[in-house]
Amino acid sequence: MEGYRGDLLDVSNLRVFFHTYRGTIKALNGVELWLNQGERLGIVGESGCGKSVTSLAFMQLIEQPGEMTGGRIMFDNKELNTLTEKELDSVRGKDMATIFQEPVSALNPVLKVGFQIGENIKRIKPKASKREVREETANMLELVGLDSKRISGFYPHELSGGMAQRVMIAMALSSSPKLLIADEPTSALDVTIQAQILELLEELVEKMNYSAILITHDMGVAAEFCDKIAVMYAGNTVEYTTVEEIFNNPVHPYAKGLFKAVPKVGQTSELETIAGEVPDLVNPPSGCRFHPRCSHTKPICKDGFPPLQELSPGHFVACYLYGDEDSK
Amino acid sequence: MVIVMTGVATIVFFITRIIPADPVGAILGGNAPIELVDKMRAELGLDKPIHEQFIDYVVGIFHGDFGHSLVTKKPILEDIFTFLPATMELAIVAMFFAIIIGIISGAFSAVKRNSIVDHATRVFSIMGVALPVFWLGLILLFFLYFKADLFPGGGRHSLFIFPEKITGLVLLDAIICRDWDTFKDALHHIILPAFVLGYAHAALISRIKRASMLDVLQQDYIRTARAKGLGKRVVIFRHALRNSLIPVVTVIGVSFGDLLGGAVLTETIFSWPGLGRYLVNALLVLDYPAITGGTLFIAFVYSLANLLVDISYAVLDPRMQN
Repeated sequence: MEGYRGDLLDVSNLRVFFHTYRGTIKALNGVELWLNQGERLGIVGESGCGKSVTSLAFMQLIEQPGEMTGGRIMFDNKELNTLTEKELDSVRGKDMATIFQEPVSALNPVLKVGFQIGENIKRIKPKASKREVREETANMLELVGLDSKRISGFYPHELSGGMAQRVMIAMALSSSPKLLIADEPTSALDVTIQAQILELLEELVEKMNYSAILITHDMGVAAEFCDKIAVMYAGNTVEYTTVEEIFNNPVHPYAKGLFKAVPKVGQTSELETIAGEVPDLVNPPSGCRFHPRCSHTKPICKDGFPPLQELSPGHFVACYLYGDEDSK
Repeated sequence: MVIVMTGVATIVFFITRIIPADPVGAILGGNAPIELVDKMRAELGLDKPIHEQFIDYVVGIFHGDFGHSLVTKKPILEDIFTFLPATMELAIVAMFFAIIIGIISGAFSAVKRNSIVDHATRVFSIMGVALPVFWLGLILLFFLYFKADLFPGGGRHSLFIFPEKITGLVLLDAIICRDWDTFKDALHHIILPAFVLGYAHAALISRIKRASMLDVLQQDYIRTARAKGLGKRVVIFRHALRNSLIPVVTVIGVSFGDLLGGAVLTETIFSWPGLGRYLVNALLVLDYPAITGGTLFIAFVYSLANLLVDISYAVLDPRMQN
């Protein structure tokens, strides 16, 4: 894609609001993200910061009472937010596939696993015969390390969480998508299974050179899997850079706090925390949404909304502590 | 099911005996001489202590003997088989109406939530639950039969038609005999009463279907299906319709029993020669064996319907197979 920051995906100023009785929840307030082909991006942040909503917005699957109120999502030379439902259906599951958080509830309980994978294959290759679909389904199941003969006849409730997530992965990859989105793929699983699933995911993404977005609140997972990291806070991208840079040299006060809050092996001192609470997104703080919790607050932080600016090549941050002398 | 039937038989038996009324008096009239009354009592076995009567009754049931009607003097079973098919036919057609209308309108109103269709469906269902059967039946008869003459006024078929009797269900018999004139005539006769009888249940099913469909549409797997890029229609038909049928099937089972027992008013309004009317008549003259036999039979068909419901759960939802 010419003229965009990433050649596969470029999201700018993405806004998603949820209209509820309590008021309008301003869940995403100008998210900025981009991705080149073959790259792996991690989106990290606390629960409720808008990571999952962001991934749903990519798919244009924000349901009532949610609404995408602004911004632009460029993906593979298509501006997704202007497409019709029908056009979107040819992107979803084909060019862009998602692995969801809760694998067991993300599978239809009354349909056999093999059918649910086959359904996807059939959609991408409408001319495939029943046998071809079955074979392809079996291949995909083998690929994710499952016994295809046994598993394809199973119903989701007969699977363990880890097996179900493998099925989800098989389903997502069955269309060889250009972009794979994994929304906390391991958070509902046991720790031992988590490692297995991540390993599998990494292996497959590596092997087929997929572009991928991993949404997680686990810094360790992000560090292992990703090339780039976007840190989100209360519906904003606050820092975006490579994985080495973010771990060695985080600059945004929130990102700094976040990485200090990761326990290290052998650490004896008490774990540092970020003071304060996640803001109420119905009445978010004015200006920079992090300013009430920030120890470096300046007057401008309360009034102005800090733009994402390039601090050093490839290192972007949205904070008034850095950048032009004028704004300090 | 055996346990349910035993319970029903026991309860019905004792309830009829508790009623402070005398069937012999009802049959012979208040002025009958005392000798005649005593003779009649002995004949009916009513002079025995109540527990002996009960044992006689239970033993009879196991021999397929529900006793003789005090009025028609025929075995109860024979009477039931004369009247039951009419009720069954009416209930089945009414249920058919209710299921088709209920499921389609309910699913539609969930998918098109808060649209005109949704509001119209909700008005339709509230009316269905609120309108009494006898009122609706009479109004429809008045306008569609008396005024417009679009439908016949009652009965199962026209007077000059003599349907073949195989199963006793006129519509089914007509199909078996390929007697299409009879079929048309009977269908014409059954539409109005079946609609009146089924309307309330259509409304109920519609409400339940709407609620369960709304619930299913919010499930994670629907989101997965959408994320797979399946079209909206495929998602609804393949992933939502069947899943939201489970609570509906429960209601259908209960409704069917209600239709069988509740056909009384409809049968009276539309001169439908069914079990409901037979039972009402039996009640009026305190025909004990007929009351207990008829009730037992309805309970039997009802629990049979619920057995089918339980089986269909397993078909609909593989999680219930264990």
